[in-house]
Amino acid sequence: MALVFGTANKKSIAWAVAKRLSQSGAKIVLTYQDPRLEGNVLPLAAELPDCIPCKCDLTVEEDVAAVFKLVEEKYGRLDILIHSVAYALREDLDRRFLDTSQEGFRIAQTVSAYTLVAAARGALPLMEKAGGGSILAMTYHGSERVIPNYNVMGVSKAALEACVRYLAADLGPMNIRVNALSPGPLNTLAARGITGLLTMLKYFRERAPLRRNTDLEEVADTALFFSSDLSRGITGEVLYVDCGYHITGM
Amino acid sequence: MSSVEEKVKGIIVEKLKVDAADVTNDKEIVRDLGADSLDQVELVMELEEQFGVDEIPEEEAAQLKTVGDVIRYVTEKTGSPA
Repeated sequence: MALVFGTANKKSIAWAVAKRLSQSGAKIVLTYQDPRLEGNVLPLAAELPDCIPCKCDLTVEEDVAAVFKLVEEKYGRLDILIHSVAYALREDLDRRFLDTSQEGFRIAQTVSAYTLVAAARGALPLMEKAGGGSILAMTYHGSERVIPNYNVMGVSKAALEACVRYLAADLGPMNIRVNALSPGPLNTLAARGITGLLTMLKYFRERAPLRRNTDLEEVADTALFFSSDLSRGITGEVLYVDCGYHITGM
Repeated sequence: MSSVEEKVKGIIVEKLKVDAADVTNDKEIVRDLGADSLDQVELVMELEEQFGVDEIPEEEAAQLKTVGDVIRYVTEKTGSPA
């Protein structure tokens, strides 16, 4: 049973992962953050067997409580949690990082990093019932290196990766693993909010050792690995799925 | 109506949930049809996918104000007759 947060449309990482998990037999609860995304997400959910769509804004406590209640009532357990959620104010992705406002900083940190903590806390009792589980977050190289215009998002991804490690330490004794994938840039709805994304994609495919952009399916395949027992010895890890880009020096 | 025009208007009707009769070439997508920034990005991505055009840069997307602008742009990019 898998709970997948963060589908906006058919190009979302969350949706690609949900499809892959479903093909491998997982039952899915597929959440979207805003009612306006319902028109995109309901038809997607209908494509999969045993897939329940659910509106859930992870920054709203009642929404978090409601989605875990739904999982509990419907399945009584949770094996896999996918967190593919991030947000920053548009203006903070289009100017100097130096000019980030307190409000912009708070919003980016809360939505992009804190929500993993909230989701993990909600998942704990249901994963304990399953005898353990796997929590997987999505991060990006901008957490470690300066990527033009990624700005406050990079700082939030650094926080997210630290959250992954601290949660892994807290939840390890309960056989719950917490990891993150760090894909290369992807042409998703959320990523299009970053000024210069298309330039990034071009630069990336010219320089990545595999000489191409990352695709959603390979991210989903790696997510399946982390969601399965094949990765049972791995927790607190950030794994790059980026055609090798992060090893390059220039 | 050319096939590009028909298809562009169909995408706009579907994405913005507006009445087909309101989608005329002179209408501005933001001011007249009520698109917000998220709608605009979704529209651009849908155009890329439906017409198989390469990623449309932000600077070019920003120039597409009216329905007619979009039709002209896609027609040019795909090399189909207007």
